[in-house]
Amino acid sequence: MKLVTAVIKPHKVDEVKDALRAIGVAGITITEVKGFGRQGGHTETYRGAEYTVEFTPKVKVEVIVDDADAAAVSDAIQTTAGSGQIGDGKIWTTPIDGLVRIRTGEQGKDAI
Amino acid sequence: MRKKLQRRLLFMGTGAILATLLLAAPALAQEEVSAEAVQATLDNIWILIAAVLVIFMQAGFALVEAGLTRAKSVANIMMKNLMDFSAGVLAFGAIGFAIAFGEGNGFFGFEGWFLNTNHFADGYFGTLSLPTFFIFQVAFAATAATIVSGAMAERTKFRSYFVYSFVITALIYPIVVHWLWGGGWLNDIGPGMIDFAGSTIVHSVGGWAALMGAIVLGPRIGKYDADGRPRAIPGHSIPFAIIGVFILFIGWFGFNPGSELAADAAVPAIAMTTLIAGAAGGVFATLTVWFRTGVPDVAMAGNGVLAGLVGITAGTAAVSPWGAFLIGASAGVLVVFSVFFLDRRGVDDPVGAVSVHGVCGAFGTLMVGLLATEGGLLYGDGFGLLGAQIVGVVAVFVFVTVAAGALFYALKATIGLRVPAEEEIEGLDVVEHGAPGYGPDITALA
Repeated sequence: MKLVTAVIKPHKVDEVKDALRAIGVAGITITEVKGFGRQGGHTETYRGAEYTVEFTPKVKVEVIVDDADAAAVSDAIQTTAGSGQIGDGKIWTTPIDGLVRIRTGEQGKDAI
Repeated sequence: MRKKLQRRLLFMGTGAILATLLLAAPALAQEEVSAEAVQATLDNIWILIAAVLVIFMQAGFALVEAGLTRAKSVANIMMKNLMDFSAGVLAFGAIGFAIAFGEGNGFFGFEGWFLNTNHFADGYFGTLSLPTFFIFQVAFAATAATIVSGAMAERTKFRSYFVYSFVITALIYPIVVHWLWGGGWLNDIGPGMIDFAGSTIVHSVGGWAALMGAIVLGPRIGKYDADGRPRAIPGHSIPFAIIGVFILFIGWFGFNPGSELAADAAVPAIAMTTLIAGAAGGVFATLTVWFRTGVPDVAMAGNGVLAGLVGITAGTAAVSPWGAFLIGASAGVLVVFSVFFLDRRGVDDPVGAVSVHGVCGAFGTLMVGLLATEGGLLYGDGFGLLGAQIVGVVAVFVFVTVAAGALFYALKATIGLRVPAEEEIEGLDVVEHGAPGYGPDITALA
């Protein structure tokens, strides 16, 4: 089993969710985060004093899938979350050691 | 036969009723009210309404201050606003009102403690009853008091601010009031100082006390970088701030026109100058900050409206609409530069209270010396009024900075004025008041 994590632009969440549903993903968790990559920050003024805005709002998407499906999930996210501009984000995949469905106690792949 | 009897009875009955009504009419005529009594009632009702409008400004101040400061201390700023009003009502009622309006000498009154009705008997305030006059005046006292919480936001111990609230409304503000509105010495300088609704008496008192508070406290952690340059600490709710500005604007229609202390023909013109100055302040502050920083800063625009309103408060009954425009516009420009000036000199004033109320209050008062249609320098009436205005502005500045400075230093040396650093960083709400202003929904209990 794999955990596919993506940090994407907030306004792309709905498109990504629809694309993942379309390929059979049953569950997704999102978290509101802030971040920056190579996009850098910019300077603003408030009442005549300057401040830099570096961390931009993003959304982290986490999906748990079978090993075989991880690549498809990653592709689905990559094709829908992009806007072609700096700050689109990144996707990474990590292995999972254990998975349990709380309601039923099912373990492993049955819990996906 | 029966019909004739019926008709006779009908006539008699009607006659009886008419006779009763005619006899009763003179008794109704004795209920007639005199014109003077109507005017007195009108005065009282209008001033009560105006007082309520001024009390509503407390909500405006609370919103502006909350909006321009950070969320982690929002409960604290709300509490400071609620308490400087509540404590102020009690302190001014018990002590301050007597000092302000009681019989005394040219500097303070010493009769009429606890709103003594023997001293403040009928007629003491003209057509206004004691309750009416007190409610109106305490609303003004609370205005002066609440100005300070904004400049001292995010780092002041609540208990110290609570003590301050009593002192300013019991002593500092009432003494200044006595000097002019209580019949004191400023009436005898030249043709008599003019501060109709309190640019100096109310707003500068608050503004200079705010200045001393901000200086004695020191700036917020993180406000200045290693080179001493100011960092922006944006407020957490521009909607709060601007709604607060609108509420203050509305309330000012009680503050200025109500200061006529009568329901008479002068009131609408006072409302007019108030309106024009506020609008001009907003426009010109916006243009100024836009030109200087490249953006039409919303918080500064709000400060500009308030600067215009504060500026016109002294001359609202004495200047023409054009004069009001000039004063409001100039105050709008001035407040922007004042905020920059103080910010860059190490005086951390999160909401611009010192600039809006202290600086523009003094400015508006001085402008009356130039623009009063009767007595103003620019109307050919010489320097007399301007001289009186200068004396008043300077005297109040010196008195309030010394008195408030002494108070804040005393608080600092005894119960402490500023919160510890860890508390300031975490936010004041939980440590000072036990709960966050924006609490999470407690979902643990279903």
